[in-house]
Amino acid sequence: MEIVAKLQKQFMEFISALYREGFLDDQFLQLQKLQDESNPDFVFEVVSLFFEDSEKLINNLAAALQQPVVDFKQVDSHVHQFKGSSSSIGAQRVKNACMAFKSFCEEKKIEGCMQCLQHVKHEYFLVKNKLETLLRLEQQILAAGGRIPDLS
Amino acid sequence: MSAVYDASSSPNNTNANPSVAKKLKALIVDDDAIVRMIHKALLRKFDVETHEVKNGQEAVLAHRSGAYFDLILMDLDMPVMNGRQATKELRDMHVCSLIAGVTSLGDEENKSFIDAGLDYYYQKPLTVDAVRNLVDKIKGSSQSC
Repeated sequence: MEIVAKLQKQFMEFISALYREGFLDDQFLQLQKLQDESNPDFVFEVVSLFFEDSEKLINNLAAALQQPVVDFKQVDSHVHQFKGSSSSIGAQRVKNACMAFKSFCEEKKIEGCMQCLQHVKHEYFLVKNKLETLLRLEQQILAAGGRIPDLS
Repeated sequence: MSAVYDASSSPNNTNANPSVAKKLKALIVDDDAIVRMIHKALLRKFDVETHEVKNGQEAVLAHRSGAYFDLILMDLDMPVMNGRQATKELRDMHVCSLIAGVTSLGDEENKSFIDAGLDYYYQKPLTVDAVRNLVDKIKGSSQSC
């Protein structure tokens, strides 16, 4: 099979699985629609910013939960930000993990919060890995002279 | 990205060719850089010129230095000055731009936000259809205040 067609097929299968398995939701599709010739790196830029923000938030959350007296209001504010950014890029499983995290914050349950942080981290690194693979595939398609398949 | 809108750097509004419609100007007010980036891309789809600030106070300051926007996309929960206070201050300053609140909160918190002087209110994430609706409203209105 021609290299471009092969890569495009691989891309379609990969992204379909991401939607099917709930890693991404419709919001990511919306972002892809916003990318055009005048804004060719849009998805890459948004996703890179999401990675940067998420890693900062994970570190802030870990530090806040290690304090001798945990400030649950502060923890909640970090989780709220994380929920917002994951929802903005359509990282559905991270967003859902943040929602569970928020309810433990409201109940001020430290054990639950610690477990949620692990879960959020786990989901974040999973989706990060998937998004990196997806963006790499996009680059390979473009480098081979192909077009990114239209998803809608 | 400049933190505060600089009125002196804005392009002159005089249009040499009257047959070319004046480009709409929008101010994006949000503390989240990802949201600002997405809102900017959404507005650019409709050929709207965008400016960005990170909180309500910066939005108020931009207007105090003479800036005018056809549309303001206002987040609610921001540091320094939230969207509710900023909207109220802008309305007190007789800013008559179309202000659309864009938040992720429930209806209860939004009641007082709307009462502060919003024209429209949307749940995040903002969609292409919502932006199209806003742009159509502005183009359909007389624009005079």
